[in-house]
Amino acid sequence: MAFTFAAFCYMLSLVLCAALIFFAIWHIIAFDELRTDFKSPIDQCNPVHARERLRNIERICFLLRKLVLPEYSIHSLFCIMFLCAQEWLTLGLNVPLLFYHFWRYFHCPADSPELAYDPPAVMNADTLSYCQKEAWCKLAFYLLSFFYYLYCMIYTLVSS
Amino acid sequence: MESFLPGPVQNPLMISPHMSDGQGYNSSIPGLYAHQTPTKGSPHPSSGLYNYSGSQNVSPLSNYQGPGQTLNRPPMGPVSMVPLQQGSLPQMPPPSQTSAAVSTSAGSVLPGANLPALSNWQYGQALVSQPTTGSQENHFAHIAGTTSTQPLSSSGNTNPPTSYQYVASPGGPPVQNSYMKPPLGPPPTGCPTSARPFATPAGLPISSAPPHLLNSAMKQEGTTQSPPVPPNSKMGRSVGYSYPTLPPGYQNTSSPGAPGMQSPSLQCTGGPQPFPQPAFGTNHLAASMGGLSLQPEGLRTINLLQERNILPPAPLQAPVPNLHEDIQKLNCNPELFRCTLTNIPQTQALLNKAKLPLGLLLHPFKDLSQLPVVTSSTIVRCRSCRTYINPFVSFLDQRRWKCNLCYRVNDVPEEFMYNPVTRVYGEPHKRPEVQNATIEFMAPSEYMVSYLQLTWFITFDSTIHFYSLQEGLSQPQMLIVSDIEDVFIPMPENLLVNLNENKELIQDLLRTLPQMFTKSLETQSALGPALQAAFKLMSPTGGRITVFQTQLPSVGVGALKSREEPNQKASAKDIHLTPSTDFYKKLALDCSGQQVAVDLFLLSGQYSDLASLGCISRYSAGSVYYYQSYHHRHNPVLVEKLQKELKRYLTRKIGFEAVMRIRCTKGLSIHTFHGNFFVRSTDLLSLPNINPDAGYAVQMSVEESLTDMQVVSFQSALLYTSSKGERRIRVHTMCLPVVTTLNDVYLGADVHAITGLLANMAVDRSVSASLSDARDALVNAVIDSLSAYRASVLSIQQPGLMAPYSLRLFPLHVLALLKQKAFQTGTNTRLDERIFTMCQVKNQPLVYLMLMTHPNLYRVDNLTDEGALNIGDRKIPQPPILQLSVEKLSRDGAYLMDAGSVMLMWIGKNCGHNFISQVLGVPSYASVPQNMTHLAELDTAESVRTIAFISWLREQRPFFPILYIIRDESSLKSSFLQNMIEDRTESALSYYEFLLHIQQQVNK
Repeated sequence: MAFTFAAFCYMLSLVLCAALIFFAIWHIIAFDELRTDFKSPIDQCNPVHARERLRNIERICFLLRKLVLPEYSIHSLFCIMFLCAQEWLTLGLNVPLLFYHFWRYFHCPADSPELAYDPPAVMNADTLSYCQKEAWCKLAFYLLSFFYYLYCMIYTLVSS
Repeated sequence: MESFLPGPVQNPLMISPHMSDGQGYNSSIPGLYAHQTPTKGSPHPSSGLYNYSGSQNVSPLSNYQGPGQTLNRPPMGPVSMVPLQQGSLPQMPPPSQTSAAVSTSAGSVLPGANLPALSNWQYGQALVSQPTTGSQENHFAHIAGTTSTQPLSSSGNTNPPTSYQYVASPGGPPVQNSYMKPPLGPPPTGCPTSARPFATPAGLPISSAPPHLLNSAMKQEGTTQSPPVPPNSKMGRSVGYSYPTLPPGYQNTSSPGAPGMQSPSLQCTGGPQPFPQPAFGTNHLAASMGGLSLQPEGLRTINLLQERNILPPAPLQAPVPNLHEDIQKLNCNPELFRCTLTNIPQTQALLNKAKLPLGLLLHPFKDLSQLPVVTSSTIVRCRSCRTYINPFVSFLDQRRWKCNLCYRVNDVPEEFMYNPVTRVYGEPHKRPEVQNATIEFMAPSEYMVSYLQLTWFITFDSTIHFYSLQEGLSQPQMLIVSDIEDVFIPMPENLLVNLNENKELIQDLLRTLPQMFTKSLETQSALGPALQAAFKLMSPTGGRITVFQTQLPSVGVGALKSREEPNQKASAKDIHLTPSTDFYKKLALDCSGQQVAVDLFLLSGQYSDLASLGCISRYSAGSVYYYQSYHHRHNPVLVEKLQKELKRYLTRKIGFEAVMRIRCTKGLSIHTFHGNFFVRSTDLLSLPNINPDAGYAVQMSVEESLTDMQVVSFQSALLYTSSKGERRIRVHTMCLPVVTTLNDVYLGADVHAITGLLANMAVDRSVSASLSDARDALVNAVIDSLSAYRASVLSIQQPGLMAPYSLRLFPLHVLALLKQKAFQTGTNTRLDERIFTMCQVKNQPLVYLMLMTHPNLYRVDNLTDEGALNIGDRKIPQPPILQLSVEKLSRDGAYLMDAGSVMLMWIGKNCGHNFISQVLGVPSYASVPQNMTHLAELDTAESVRTIAFISWLREQRPFFPILYIIRDESSLKSSFLQNMIEDRTESALSYYEFLLHIQQQVNK
């Protein structure tokens, strides 16, 4: 039983993974909020509500944009840590997502990444459902990796 | 409570003509005609009905089918407009018979629930009573009606001239509306057996068709289209019917076979009988639509490579959905609402197989000459999906109706039971809401908001100038704010003034404005801060900001840099189609939230980065106008254009604080919207302003397969505040059949709508990916659909490039798109111009978009009055449309190319002296001025004709096309030739080459 660097990595990633799970859940809720206006149809047509709704959309999009970098960087941190700890299997499991994140970040539809999740673009049923699906997949992935990290942490702690 | 004005009409009166009508129809059709014409002028309810409907009914000639029952008798409408038919026709049936009919019908209405089932029977019976010849006559009437109504319809106060045939024919004079009573009563001639079901509904399912279906079934007397349905089958299913798959000739000849269906018992037991069905169906279709793509010819496959003259000489009409005739007559005008596929594929798999885009094109706020307006305290809507009651719902019985979008059964409110038009209680299915696919509801008065019409002016260079127009001032006072980093508004209460109260000061200001800055040496433009200031001023009230900009904004927030490379040889890759800053987009969203729309007039000689500036209008639902190389002195033609368009801009209708929602039958889902708006929740478009010149497009997918559905419906509801402060809802509903085979999907393809939708998608693609991507996608759309057609529909593989008749113009239109300014490559299109064209693609209604894409070419040196339209006292010649190929030009002719926003008249070198002197007013070809832009009104027949034709073309559109008269040496000749889409240009394929390219890909 030894407290190796690998064990430390797993412990840290366990904590951060919880954060990522939280992010994913938040994304799901946010996209759902964007998709449906929970007001009654009559209220939806009210100009006053329009203002609130628009502000709401902008706020959500603003937060979504704010969360992009933290999420991606946390995940990249995992990869770097596992690389350093020479945990090849774990790294291999994470690399696809890492590349996906790179692609997402640099392949933004608009000119600058600043415009990712900009309200007019995101308020498209297609985009929204894509984002929604993405968020669900990520949630599943993070949840699985959470338990995987837990297992690995214990395993490294016990085995060495 | 209903606020319908009671018309001068008496109910008995209203019913009787109708009834006599129904009867006349059965006994002898001509009787009907004879009767009709007198009704028009007679003390009949004609105007009565329309009064109730409020303000917008300008003329009796409706775009809109009046309440539908009338429509059962197609000949009626046209006939009453066609004088020539009157004389020869027999007398109307005696009144005694009439009243008898009335009573029967009344009796038959009340049993309610059972009604729908009748149609089957009725229909069987009808066949008996209706001789084949009768229906034939119908067709003639139809055609005659159509052609002759065209002229009427294009007169200023009636239908727009572009009205589609199908509109013209069913849209009868309001007289029709008086015939609100559906011909429910069994016609006297009917055999008793067939009438029986009225009384004995047992065994007939309740899931019945809406009552108007019933009527429609009646109509079928002459034109049996749906197969006789056995009593135990669902009535609703008879709504649509499948296309006849027989060759046209066969179908037509098979019509005499109909008598075989005479016995009602045969009808009931026979089950679906495909054979007799096509007989009348197609026959009628062919006759009534003459020239439309669904005529028997529609079943044909065309080898595009062999079809040299593919362009029809008259404008292409929208295909008519293959619906039961009476439903079709209630259907929405295709100018307002149309679908790319008039036959909706049942499953997404089928749609994917067809490789055609599914979507809707809307022109929801189009100026209508006639629009029923309902003022009622209860607006009947589905309780679960909030759909407005519409002609395509079904009434289960008198008290319940079934939503056609979500299939929920709703109660009919008490108030709705009373029909204010006929003043009869217990006829909810005859209310105008259920008789008109396009209708406007007026929200009750408590929802009214009083609006102050306020006006203000701001000018800006590197500073911002506000104008105080406070009462009591002898002249406007200018307040200059030079701090553009943090704009504050001086004396806001004095800036916003009431237009009417301060007219003089405002006029004064407008007069002095042009002189005020003539000596200014300032070249900076602080557009961003000025917009912010304007937004601050407007945000409490909402409204409209009109921006006139002449250069690139250079200081303050939102300053832009020139991104255009001089002489950019459109290397499709790096053109800047995306905004360089999101300032304008963000501001537009703020505006949208505060119900402010920003309209942009860009009057610029140099690059102004419309890609960035345009965002301000795009997301706030404004419009963009662009006048390239505008100069108030050097370019007088553009000045005139601006003047005309600004006038239209200021005088057109406007709706404030609008939202639009598009609903569709469960199973279909809308996923992408195109146009100028902001999507507030996935199906709700936020439109701070709505104007009559804006078009929208949506893309759809089939989410759940539409099994068990015969038809699907779409409803767009536009809620807005009119300039009088009334809250109104304009509702359009469209109903389309569902089909299960690929062949049917292709048959119903609407090539204009498809091209329009593809253009919209291509704009998105050019912005999100690249221009070359978008171009490839366009070409692939043709290749994919044609190869899918070849692979799955054609049984025999023929050489050549086979296309279904409905898609015969598809390659041509796509080629036209590729050569259009928005998507062309290899030529020196200025960036702003390209982006402006893209804005137009997104925001123009389909009609103008098609004109812009594929201009119309006419020969104008030999205009005759033959086939001319009569509008008022004017005669508008109707020359045939020529193909866009130099091959069609001759040196001794003069040709007019109408490209929507510009018109080019090319004078051939050997053009007849007659034309040159009589129309152009110059002695010889050589003396035609280099830049001639006006035709002088000469006192000659030729001149009158030409000018009438040109001004008629101009009147049809909200913008003002400049007319350039060009001859061989003119500099504009190149742009004339560039529009010759079928010809080869240095960088683009000719039509034939394009076809060969496609063939190559398809046959791979």
